[in-house]
Parts: sequence; structure tokens; C-alpha cells
Amino acid sequence: MIDQDLSKVTPQVYESKIGVPYTWWAGDTATRFLEGIRDRGELWATRCGKCSRTYVPPRKNCPGCFEENAEWVQVGPGATVVTFTVARRPLAAIPDPVPVVFALVKPDGADTAMLHRIGDVDPEKVSIGMRVKPRFAAERKGHIRDIECFVPEQG
Amino acid sequence: MEKIAIIGMGMTKIEANKVSENFADMAWEAVNAALADAGMDIKDVSNLITTSNDFWDGRTISCMAVGDSSGAREKNCSCVEGDGTYGAFYAMARILSGSYPSTLVTGHTKGSESISSLITNAAFDPIYERSLGVDMITASAMQARAYMDKTGTTSEDLARVSVKNHGNAKNNPYAQLPMDLTVEDVLASEMIADPLHKLDCSPVSDGCCALILADEETAKKFCKKPIWVKGAAFCSDAYFLGDRDLAKPKSLVAAAKKAYAMAGITEPTRQIDLAEVYDAFTYQELMWAEGLGLAEYGKAKDRLKNGDFDISGTLPVNASGGLLSGHPVIAAGLYRMAEAVRQLRGEAGANQKDGAKTAVVQGLNGLCGQSHCVWVLGNE
Repeated sequence: MIDQDLSKVTPQVYESKIGVPYTWWAGDTATRFLEGIRDRGELWATRCGKCSRTYVPPRKNCPGCFEENAEWVQVGPGATVVTFTVARRPLAAIPDPVPVVFALVKPDGADTAMLHRIGDVDPEKVSIGMRVKPRFAAERKGHIRDIECFVPEQG
Repeated sequence: MEKIAIIGMGMTKIEANKVSENFADMAWEAVNAALADAGMDIKDVSNLITTSNDFWDGRTISCMAVGDSSGAREKNCSCVEGDGTYGAFYAMARILSGSYPSTLVTGHTKGSESISSLITNAAFDPIYERSLGVDMITASAMQARAYMDKTGTTSEDLARVSVKNHGNAKNNPYAQLPMDLTVEDVLASEMIADPLHKLDCSPVSDGCCALILADEETAKKFCKKPIWVKGAAFCSDAYFLGDRDLAKPKSLVAAAKKAYAMAGITEPTRQIDLAEVYDAFTYQELMWAEGLGLAEYGKAKDRLKNGDFDISGTLPVNASGGLLSGHPVIAAGLYRMAEAVRQLRGEAGANQKDGAKTAVVQGLNGLCGQSHCVWVLGNE
């Protein structure tokens, strides 16, 4: 016999995970950006021929005008912190010990900001408007984290 | 526009971890509650829209898996990936096509079953961004700082949102986190990512909400208190956070403008009686209230401090307790709509805004409010 009353059930839990490998091709546009940081330690952006907005990281088309961004321009290395946060809880997505400073930084000559990290500075000293520059890894693989982080421009 | 009504709504209680119901069981409960509320049998509904997200469900094509418990068998069933307000918009569009007298729409999430930080991290671009480790909380923290910097809104102002909404939740039987808090409690809670404390953030939640939308003829046949759709619109902004001015809710302003034009709202602060907005974080309630024209830009903090957004105030915002008091992600906007329906029917109990005739509801999709969906609902 089985008890017909479900209120007496102690629910079980099933633990598992989904592990699916992906291979995301960066495409021509992102590959040129990644080659720039890997081979030359430079930041390259694309510019819309219609509105002249300069996009970094570069996109093939201008999301505003829906035109192709045909022109490549070098931006930075100097950049300005647009906004930031100091992550203090070790959230699961953060692959490093906290505190970690995430920021949107706008390289000189660009009209957009790029998402990255701020390092080589006391997190309590980071501020909006702070001037930073990229610090590149010694060994680079053509990856966004070839830029280790952005660091204060002075010092 | 043809008249469209919300004629039924059903909510499960929002809980941190529903161990007795799986995702489909939650849908069973919410759909049956909505049918009972509308005075309908599942046979009276010809079609439905389920709203879900495969990552949260840990199952691909999960919209198909929730159909059996939602009454979809042998019916026209379609799906939306995103917030429930967008599923409701699809339901409305179906009815407007003239081919569907009524449409059932559901939204469900069991946040308890996975790790939110990893799921929201996967919303970021895999080439340019994801490996940095940012997620919804840290991205929203950057938006909060940008907004506070531009408007002079303080951490104390944000804390007042948390105090108000958790307090409102005390009279909401569906809420997960009714709490008596002080501003000091919020400021003393764990700093997760500056400037967001733990009590500035909505919790991880499980829940399902179902609504039944109908044309005028069907509404009048089944429902004594239909709540009418006066206007509905949505609008998207750029995907990349750095392309946007994060301090300003541009796409919400655009969506509200369209929805208000449909509804004949020219002075939202005077013509709207209450608002249910997507307060995933405290600062968002203030930003979205401003985007909806319920306060001038940067002034929502003053209206909040003045008590205007309290249940007893001139324009209650999240009288239900909002998402800070329970945030089943995909269902979140449908819960906001259902809570507005309760108010407009006069069924909100101790949280009732007396004489409420017109409500605005806002849902969103994407990181930091990339897209917003605005509904104006009324009982006349």
C-alpha cells in the first residue's frame, strides 16, 4: 500500500549540472580587435560612416544608424572611468579573489565605454572620472583578458 | 484599439525554495487559480503563451515541457523567452488579430535550482566580456553608481525603497520577504557590490503567475470586474552597457511615451493612481519611476522621502512589496500586472489604494533595463 496523502512526503532533490562545450568564433571584426591587443598592445575601434560614433569594443555595424562601421580607428590607451563597482562578495561568476573592481572605461577617442576591470589601486580610491590605461599581460593569446586590467594613468 | 481585458489571474506564493512543487507543478497551481478567478474551464481557453528561460530551468525547450501542466495539450501554444510582460504583450497581439477570443499567459522561474550569478554572467558577450566575471548584481551596481552620481541620490535614499517595500509585503500573502526594517538595517547589511547592500537586492525566488487576457465580448461573458488594457508598449536600447548612458532609462521613457499616448495619459502624476515597477534593486524603483514620468529625473528620492510612494501616499509604488520582497525572474512582470489587477478590483486588502482607477505596470528584459514593457491598466 502507498499513502495517498502527499503532505507526508519529504521531497527529494536531484543534483546535476549541464556541461556543454562551445566554440564561439569571434568573427572578422572582433578578431581584428583581439589581434590588436595581442600583437601590438593597441586598442582598435570601428567608426560609423554616418553618425561618426566610434565603437569600442568594435562592432561590424552601428546599432544606432544600422549602417556598417567601415572605418577602423585606434583609441586610447588613456581612458576615463565612466562607472564602477567593487565586488566584495565572492559571487560565483568572479573567477578571482575579491575584492574585484569592475568598470566601464571610455578610451580616449571612443564614444562608447568598454567593460573591464580596474587594478593596481586601492579599491576605495577608484572614482568616476578617474584616468586609467590598459595593463597588458606579458604573454598574450588574443583574448579580452590579454588586457589584465586598467590601471591608474599616473603612477 | 479594440478593448482587451485581463479577466483572470493566479499567483503561487513566492518562496525561496518550493520543495513540494517542481516548475510544472507551479504552473498547474497558477493556471488553475487564474481559471477559477476568471470563472473559466481550461476548455474555454483556445490557446496559450508560456514565458520561460531555458537557463533558469536547466532544460532546453523548457517552454514545451511546461505545456502539459498549463493546459496546452491539443491547443495552440507558443512561447516567449523573457519577462512575462512580453508574454502578455504577445497574448494581447493575438487577441487583437481577431483569431483568438482569449489567451492564457504564464511565466515561471525556480531561481532556487541554479546559481543566479553564473546564469546572468552568461548574458554577457562571450568574446568581449564574459570571462571578466561580471553578473547581474555587479552590472546593476555599476548602473546604481552612475545614477547616484548623476542625480545625487544617496544610499539612504535607496534604503528607504527597501524599508517601504519589505514593509508593504507584510500585508501581501504572496510575498516571500515581509520584513520590518529601518534605513540603518539596510545600510548595515552586507555590502555585496558597492553601492548595493544585500537589502538593496531582490532575493532568489520560486514562483509562477498566470493571466487570462480576452476580447471585450469574452470579458463581459465571463468576468464581473474586467481590468482593461488602456495602453501597452515596449522599447529596447543598445545591448552593450558601454553604448548606453546607464544613468538614464532612455528606452523606458520611449515605451512609456507610447503607452501613455494610447491611454490618453498626459499628466502621469495626476492621472495614474498607483504603479507596480520592476524593483530588482532599490535604485531601479527610483529610476523606473522617473522613466515612467512619476517623478522628474533625479527627484524620485524626494517623492519617496515625502511619503508619496507609500500605500497611504498620492501615488503608491509597489504597494505589493515589489520584487525586493520576492523575485521569480521570468514571472516577475506578470506578478506586477496581477498585483495591479488586485488593486484595480479593490481586492488588495490592507494594501489597497482607495479608489484606484488607473495603474501603470512595468516589466523589463536584458541587463540594466535594456528593454522595458509598459502597461496602463484601468477598471473603467
